Parts: sequence; structure tokens; C-alpha cells
Amino acid sequence: MTAALVALGAAFGAPLRYWLAQRLDDRFPLGIWLANVVGSTILGLLLGLDLGERPLALLGVGFCGAFTTFSTFAAQSVGLGRSRGTTYVLATVVVALCGCAAGYGIGALLA
Amino acid sequence: MASPSTHTAPLLLGIALGGAIGALGRWGLTQWLPEASGIPWATLLANLSGCLAIACLPALALVRRRPVLAAALGPGLLGGFTTLSAYTAESRALIADGRIALAATYVALTVLGCVVAVLLGERLTGRSEDEAVAAGVVEP
Repeated sequence: MTAALVALGAAFGAPLRYWLAQRLDDRFPLGIWLANVVGSTILGLLLGLDLGERPLALLGVGFCGAFTTFSTFAAQSVGLGRSRGTTYVLATVVVALCGCAAGYGIGALLA
Repeated sequence: MASPSTHTAPLLLGIALGGAIGALGRWGLTQWLPEASGIPWATLLANLSGCLAIACLPALALVRRRPVLAAALGPGLLGGFTTLSAYTAESRALIADGRIALAATYVALTVLGCVVAVLLGERLTGRSEDEAVAAGVVEP
């Protein structure tokens, strides 16, 4: 059951990320940046809300897990070159971490 | 960018299917490889291996010829297998637990390791990120 929920969530998360990238990625990969930041924030919120195993499998592990990505992120970072790549990495990791912490804080308040 | 002649619907379906399988693989890894000594090994392993694999994909002729396959394997399978949200959530939890040094190690190890994995894949196959984008393995 948990496995099916993970797969279902990911079946929506992955294409949504692709769609965002198609729309927004330009010289700077804004679409993937946004997917990674928003997905991390939502996962933080879900964990703060402490929803239980099944909703977390569907929305957290499945949807947020597949909506965000490291493989494209790392490949883009290398493709951008040392200076712009470093900026992209820091902008993603720092903002996503802050978003996740903020989401967790809000979720814990609401729970 | 996928070639304009390729319709979007089959690409999105391929990515949905690939993403579902990739996420299952990642979830399976977390079940099989429990967190030990604080480092989330399963996520780290998924991210490192996924980054190595995405840099190697453009070397496959079949992937370069078939945009739907490229999308299903790149943004789909590997996009769903690797994840940034679990990485940030795990890092946040380590920081909240006061394990700052471990969090910093995990944050840096993942980022540097994944960049090295991409460079290694490109070196091994002789393919660049431009070719990965051209093949539709890497968005957009």
C-alpha cells in the first residue's frame, strides 16, 4: 500500500517538475530551482504537521520526492560553469533549507 | 529541449511512469538501508548514483534517438529516484537535533559528491551537459 502511494505521488510530481522547467528554465534554471525550493518547503510543512505514514508516503516521499530532483540540479550546476554553477548551488541549497525549516515551523504550529 | 516534433503528452506520460519507478526505487532503498550513525545513507546513495547515471545517459544511442525514452529515463526515472526535498528535510532535522557538524558534512558531501559524480560520468562517456540537454535527458 505504501509503495503504491509513493508511486502515485511521484507520477504527478515528476511531470509537474518537467512542465515547470519547460516554462521557466532559461539561461538560469528557474523552473528546477522553483521546484526544488517549493518541494522542500512543502515537505517541511508535511513533516511539521506530522500527518502519519500514508499521507507522508503519497505527498512527501512520492510527490515532493519526485517533484524535487538532484540529478538535473547537479548536471545543470556543472553545465553552468564554476562561477554561475556555484551561485546556482548555493541559491538552491540555502533557500530550499530555509523553506523547509519555515514549512516545518508553520506545520508544527498548526499541528 | 525535446524536439518540436515530439508531442508533449507521451513525454509527460513517460516521465510520470519513470518518476513513479524511480521514487519506488528510492523508497525501497530507504527501507533496505536504514539511517545509521545519523547520515541518511539511502538518500545519499540515491543522489550520488542518480547523478552519475544522468551524466552517462546521453552516451546511449537509443536514448539520443528516442525523445520519449530520454524523458522517461532522465527527468522521469532519475528525476524521481534522486531528490532534493528529502535531503533538505534530513539536513534540517540534523540541525534541529543540534548535530551541526554532521549536518554540514551531509550537506557538503551530497553537493560535492553529486557534482563529482556528474563530472565523472561526463569524463567516462565523453558527453557534456549540453549533449544531455540536447538529448532531452536533462530539462529543459
